Amino acid sequence: MSLLTIDRLEARHGLLTAVREVSLALKEGETLALVGANGAGKTTLMRAIAGAHKPAGGRILLDSTDVTHTPAHRRVAMGIALVPEGRRLFPGMTVEENLLVAGAVGRPGPWRVETVLDAFPMLKKRLKARAGTLSGGEQQATAIGRALMTNPLVLLLDEVSLGLAPIAVDQVYHSLAGLIGSGTTILLVEQDLARAFGVATRIACMLEGRIVLEGLAQDMTREQVTAAYFGLGRGNGSGGGQGSGQDGGKGHHQP
Amino acid sequence: MSKQPAPLSVQRWTPLSVAATLAIAGLMIALAFTPLFASAEVIDRLTTLFIYIILAIMWNALAGYGGLVSVGQQAFFGLGAYAAIRLSYWGVPVYPALILGALLAGAVALPLSVFALRLKGGEFAIGMWVVAELAHLLVNLDGLIQGETGTSLIALNAFSPDHRRADNYWLALAAMAVAAAVVFALLRGRLGVSVQAIRDNEEAAASIGVRVLGGKRVIFILSAIGCAMAGTLWLATSITFEPKTYFSVQWSAYMIFMALVGGLGTFEGPILGAILFFLMESLFGATGVWYLVGLGAAAVVFSLFLPQGLWGFIENRFTWRFLPIGYHLRLPEED
Amino acid sequence: MIWVSQILQGVLLGGYYALIACGLSFMFGVMRIINLAHGDLAVLAGFLVWFIAGQTGINPFLALALVIPLMAALGWVLQRTMLERSLRAGELVPLLSTFGLAIVIENLLFEQFGADTRSLAPYIGGLSYDSLTIGGQIYLSYLGIIIFAVAVAILGGLHFFLGHTNLGRAIRATAEDIDTAELVGINSRAVYAAAAAIALATVAVGGAALGMRATFAPYAGPAQLIFAFEAVVIGGLGSLWGTLAGGIALGVAQNIGATINTHGFLIAGHVVFLAFLALRPFLTSLNAKGRIKALLRRAA
Repeated sequence: MSLLTIDRLEARHGLLTAVREVSLALKEGETLALVGANGAGKTTLMRAIAGAHKPAGGRILLDSTDVTHTPAHRRVAMGIALVPEGRRLFPGMTVEENLLVAGAVGRPGPWRVETVLDAFPMLKKRLKARAGTLSGGEQQATAIGRALMTNPLVLLLDEVSLGLAPIAVDQVYHSLAGLIGSGTTILLVEQDLARAFGVATRIACMLEGRIVLEGLAQDMTREQVTAAYFGLGRGNGSGGGQGSGQDGGKGHHQP
Repeated sequence: MSKQPAPLSVQRWTPLSVAATLAIAGLMIALAFTPLFASAEVIDRLTTLFIYIILAIMWNALAGYGGLVSVGQQAFFGLGAYAAIRLSYWGVPVYPALILGALLAGAVALPLSVFALRLKGGEFAIGMWVVAELAHLLVNLDGLIQGETGTSLIALNAFSPDHRRADNYWLALAAMAVAAAVVFALLRGRLGVSVQAIRDNEEAAASIGVRVLGGKRVIFILSAIGCAMAGTLWLATSITFEPKTYFSVQWSAYMIFMALVGGLGTFEGPILGAILFFLMESLFGATGVWYLVGLGAAAVVFSLFLPQGLWGFIENRFTWRFLPIGYHLRLPEED
Repeated sequence: MIWVSQILQGVLLGGYYALIACGLSFMFGVMRIINLAHGDLAVLAGFLVWFIAGQTGINPFLALALVIPLMAALGWVLQRTMLERSLRAGELVPLLSTFGLAIVIENLLFEQFGADTRSLAPYIGGLSYDSLTIGGQIYLSYLGIIIFAVAVAILGGLHFFLGHTNLGRAIRATAEDIDTAELVGINSRAVYAAAAAIALATVAVGGAALGMRATFAPYAGPAQLIFAFEAVVIGGLGSLWGTLAGGIALGVAQNIGATINTHGFLIAGHVVFLAFLALRPFLTSLNAKGRIKALLRRAA
């Protein structure tokens, strides 16, 4: 039985279809990494799962409850938490307040301010600082901590390493490894294939709104994922592949 | 099959808009001759309607095209009337004083625009209201006005009531025609394109080189002159000047109602709104308070449920374009 | 001595302005709405207190205790039926719809209660005229002092509430970023409705203060809105303690104006407000320079 089921989900931005008939299933305790070039539809998919983007079709099930039309704040109460792209902290509020405001949702579980600080020790001395004054790494830690404060069943992480210094990325991933070890169910978007392979039990690759490759991380090679990433070997000639390849080349990915 | 498709053509005049323009010209000529045969009451009522139309056009220019909601245009309405009284007292012949008074009140808008146009949204709305309150208080200090007691434009008594009625009518008709023509010309020209760009997205407009402040300033001053002209015309028809009446926020309520119900940001909308307002006032004005409650409620309902107003609704529904303000893309016909 | 007295009277009057303004400031801070019906809602609350006190003979303070939840409920309903929809429609629509609401309220009040001016003063006995004497020359009315204290208490209470309660934090989070607030489990619609209810609860207190310290009539709302708005803008839009400072600046300016000229009360207030608006760009740039200096000092 899957904890989170995405069933033929469609999402649009105006006339542009960003997510096309995406189906995914996440079992409890799994970590699924979603990879793909910029514009492949990963962020839209994440936002649709969290309830921040209204889907145009398909279904989203949490523990077999249909949440497709549930407002975002209710989904948080049911156990879906998103760490949005760009962190999106409340800049005028302190780190502690950012954590407490999410904790007010009142889901039972292990996460409190103290346990978040244990997981992200770098926040201890910044607890009373306004979120707007934090470094990128501290902001990301606060954003993840804020999502954890809701004691989620499923944690959605959108590009946690984007815009961070390499050392900060290491720190964030070090803390994430702890989370993954503790059995938290995670769906994360990651541009860096090495990172994705490092933490994920399964990998799904998106291209132009569709999932083009999906499987257990241990059964896949970097080369297979790279080919899917650029849309190579889709059997429809090299022309389309090249076009997408140029598109993908603008991403941060370095195969 | 291989022939080149005909290029798209850009059209400003549609057959309907040509017909509408001719009809308007005919209507204006008919209106110009109306005082020769109509009753005194009809002439007075039409004069009032023309003043309402001027106010509606001017408020719409400011809000619908400039994106500036003002609750203080009565400042210019009152200042125009006051300036006319002052000028007449100083010996300026009365009808030129009415026009000059409007221009003088408009001149006040120039220095005012320097600071008023820096305000945004609600700050501009209430800021202008405070300007109107202050103008009211300062006008009251003038000994000639005698505080709230007010005074009269005595010089008008030199004309017989019938002459005065006809002269007021023609002046109001001319002012309305000029106001509409100026706004029409501005909107059709480069300014129209730029102010609409400003209204839709000020930062984006600025980033592509639209002179945001310049466009807004022209509209602000134009609207001030128009509202002041409406004020001097009102003075000409009523002769008495009580500051409380002229500087009343009620005028803003009327302007908002007319522009909003008729259709903000359309040329024809406020004219339709003014005619509706005029009819409602004629039919229900006697009910007093309930009539005002109805106006307020209509403003709430239209702003929430039909923000494009009646004319906007009609345009969208039937794709009518009476007046050639926009540009219409014509697809090449199959042949 | 007359100057000291006038300035102190101005400070107390500023307390009233802060009280009437704090709902306006709060609503703008949270929802970015400038509610043009604010003054008329305060007058409505004044009429409700007056009506209940007059009909039942109970103390107007008790009547106010009844009116506060009534006004709060009205705030909730207004938010859900009108303001919420206005907010979605863009920046100008809330101005138009609340202006329409203002016209409806004041004319309904006129329809119901007529043009007579009313006051709560007859119901509060000696409190309406007793005063504290300082040095035999300065008289400070007890009512003025009470109103000032209530304004400080409400502003302080709101400040504490925003900083130290779950709902307060949720309101701030929603004000900063409504989409992200939803993503951390905040029901933004309910939070906005609660904020509107709180704002109108303070408006109820402001309306009662208006009725106790002076007279009011159905069309008194716009003047209250203007005073409140002037206090809010001078104090810095959306800043609660700033609202108190702005109210005091306005009250002192008006009293000094009145001392100079019999017509000077309102004129001085409006002039100070407009001068502040005209000079604000320079004031904020000075302020910014000050901040940069402070930063450099810290760095050094």
